[in-house]
Amino acid sequence: MDIIKASELTYEYIRRNEEGDVDSINQAIKGIDFDIAKGDFVAILGHNGSGKSTLAKAINAILAPTSGSLWVKGYDTKDLDKLWDIRQAAGMVFQNPDNQIIATVVEEDVGFGPENIGIPTKEIWERVEESLRAVGMLEYRKHSPNKLSGGQKQRVAIAGIMAMKPECIVLDEPTAMLDPNGRKDVIHTITELNKRENVTILLITHYMDEVIGADKVIVMDQGQIVMEGTPREVFSKVEELKKYRLDVPQVTELAYELKKSGIPIPDGILTVDELVDELSRL
Amino acid sequence: MSIILDKVNYKYSESTVYEKHALKDINLKINDGEFIGLIGHTGSGKSTLIQHLNGLMKATSGAIYYNGEDIYAKDFNMRTLRSKVGLVFQYPEHQLFETSVIKDVSFGPRNLGLPDLEIDLRAYEALKQVGIGEDLIDASPFELSGGQKRRVAIAGVLAMKPEVLILDEPTAGLDPKGRDEILDRIALLHKEQKITVILVSHSMEDVAKYVDRILVMNKGELIFDNTPKNVFAHYKELENIGLAAPQVTYVMNRLRDQGIRVSTSPTTIKEAKEEILRWAKGEIL
Amino acid sequence: MIRDITIGQYYPADSVIHRLDPRVKLIGTLLFIISLFLFNHFWGYVVASIYLFGIIKISKVPFKFIVKGLKSVMMIFLFTLVFNLFMTPGTVLWSFGFLKITWEGIRIAIFMGIRLTYLILGSSLMTFTTTPNNLTDGLESVMGPLNKIKVPVHEIAMMMSIALRFIPILLEETDKIMKAQTARGADFETGGLVKRAKSMIPLLVPLFVSAFRRANDLAMAMEARCYQGGHGRTKMNPLRYYKRDYLSFGVMAVYLGVLIGLNILL
Repeated sequence: MDIIKASELTYEYIRRNEEGDVDSINQAIKGIDFDIAKGDFVAILGHNGSGKSTLAKAINAILAPTSGSLWVKGYDTKDLDKLWDIRQAAGMVFQNPDNQIIATVVEEDVGFGPENIGIPTKEIWERVEESLRAVGMLEYRKHSPNKLSGGQKQRVAIAGIMAMKPECIVLDEPTAMLDPNGRKDVIHTITELNKRENVTILLITHYMDEVIGADKVIVMDQGQIVMEGTPREVFSKVEELKKYRLDVPQVTELAYELKKSGIPIPDGILTVDELVDELSRL
Repeated sequence: MSIILDKVNYKYSESTVYEKHALKDINLKINDGEFIGLIGHTGSGKSTLIQHLNGLMKATSGAIYYNGEDIYAKDFNMRTLRSKVGLVFQYPEHQLFETSVIKDVSFGPRNLGLPDLEIDLRAYEALKQVGIGEDLIDASPFELSGGQKRRVAIAGVLAMKPEVLILDEPTAGLDPKGRDEILDRIALLHKEQKITVILVSHSMEDVAKYVDRILVMNKGELIFDNTPKNVFAHYKELENIGLAAPQVTYVMNRLRDQGIRVSTSPTTIKEAKEEILRWAKGEIL
Repeated sequence: MIRDITIGQYYPADSVIHRLDPRVKLIGTLLFIISLFLFNHFWGYVVASIYLFGIIKISKVPFKFIVKGLKSVMMIFLFTLVFNLFMTPGTVLWSFGFLKITWEGIRIAIFMGIRLTYLILGSSLMTFTTTPNNLTDGLESVMGPLNKIKVPVHEIAMMMSIALRFIPILLEETDKIMKAQTARGADFETGGLVKRAKSMIPLLVPLFVSAFRRANDLAMAMEARCYQGGHGRTKMNPLRYYKRDYLSFGVMAVYLGVLIGLNILL
């Protein structure tokens, strides 16, 4: 079953001047179609301005499509009556860890979402504990978010979404402001959630090494989907990725360069181990 | 031009329960025209160290000499030091405040009390150096894209004509395109203007690609000070303190473990490719 | 500097006072402040002192810590003292030019001094023993009836708690921007009033821009987590009165009763 489905989805930012007349129209998403199966880990790549963040906000019904349709768990995101059902089904984690934590104590922040959707007190506490355990932050439950590292804050934010029991989590560049260790922790956490809790993950990022474990990669450029496939399929096309001003992991690029120089290595090497195996077979 | 740090120590909240030894006996000499990478995980003391270099923070003990002059001497002009050692903070676009790009970039030179003509010249030059075109100089800095904003903010420091440019994670939060634009510009400045550059970065790949000397901080101590090759040769120790080496260094070391007699020193794709090709030709042909 | 202000801080300790319902503490503090203005005789002060210091003792907050909070309001304190001392008409004890000290002045100055001190001690004791969140919850609940006259009580409480979360972040940010501008040669310390006010622009503009950006992000994050105002919301920590809370109300009643009794008798 598809948890998210888009059909000819278009979103335009319309800028108006002081008289309210249209000043300019910027098409952030240009009639795209895609679907995401329940339980999948999907990564969306693209440089800034490619439309990937707009897409994230559309899924969370923060932005309504200008034309075309987007369904989340079968609900049309244009249907205002289903707004809160959509947001509960597809939780969202944002880029800046500081600007999405509301409370001054970790556990109270995790309880914020369940409070909003009217969960009874006793169950809120159960959910808070469960979610904090799932992201490995249970021992910090009484801490102030200000004392946590960036990676820990993002994990608290993820727990805050988990506590709403979503079917899908959309993460909009969750690691852009983190150091390498924080990035690793966050990616590890969402990978685990995907595997153990079967939560559908939609990871928006521009770090190529984070998408290697994904089931599917979607590359966006100028509001359109330009590449789609498994990480191996997508990373086989180094030249094409470079055309969209994207990187490939260093080892993938090295393998590609070696192949260009005549060494017989298959396309789409993703890890150090794969490359070493291939080379030692020569 | 040189900066010398002699047994520099810094303690936060000295002689209270919150005391934290952020810098421990740092000895360091930064020479003219170097391109240095400073690495260390969050809280290792990197930020504290760079703020000492332009006098924003004062060492609890030890001495710092700029061109042989003691910067803590009474008659030393701290403002001159701040213009000579330009410091670009993390997310520098958060300091933009003027109504136009050119005015914002002029803020630094204006504070130096320069004549108007000189201020304009410097501002234009700095914007050119970071690749901001003339069409944008009268735009509001708040209307630019993320990468452009950041380059304008860097121009704001360059306009002071620093001899040393320190950048604290200048590419944080940017996409690959924005990152390359900034690092390439900085490399060019280093090459053409002979500016000494200190680059604080979390990306070992970037550091390996650009710098010729690496400083590694851990828990307030300077634990490595050497060329990229020699520093990344210690990749296991780097891992122990929460850092890593570039991916290609791992490839080379793993190949060596497999009995393939390649050198483990490459730190960039180019070097690794040449080394593997050299081996492959020897073995295959 | 900012670190020295202890008023409004929370002092973690395990005491009955800490565990009391925030509404009890809010109402209790309010009653105590009112009580200070109910009497004007020596015995009243004795009763109020026993009451206040008794509670401080039970609260386990070190007395030294509470007194530190007084320092930051020393100026207002001295001003009131001097004002009362010299400006009260009555039997003149000492005079120099237009300044005179009267018997009544001394008496009022001392009483006012004690009242002010107790007022500050009493209200800071409340913040020392109540976490900010708890306090906001208490306020929301105590002010609940105002909802009927269309006061957005829940929203006010939510604003307060968000402010509490973001004040430290914005302070840190101020420090960062200040350093960044200093690195560009800005000078925040010297010069006359006008120059200094002008030098604040490079600090204040980025700070406001950042605060608005954060507010925007936060609003979006809250909406994404289904926040739709106070309506239909459940509470993670619903307020509930326990035996100790009813007992405290009893203690307050006794205290007020004694004071009023004294007023009638004396």
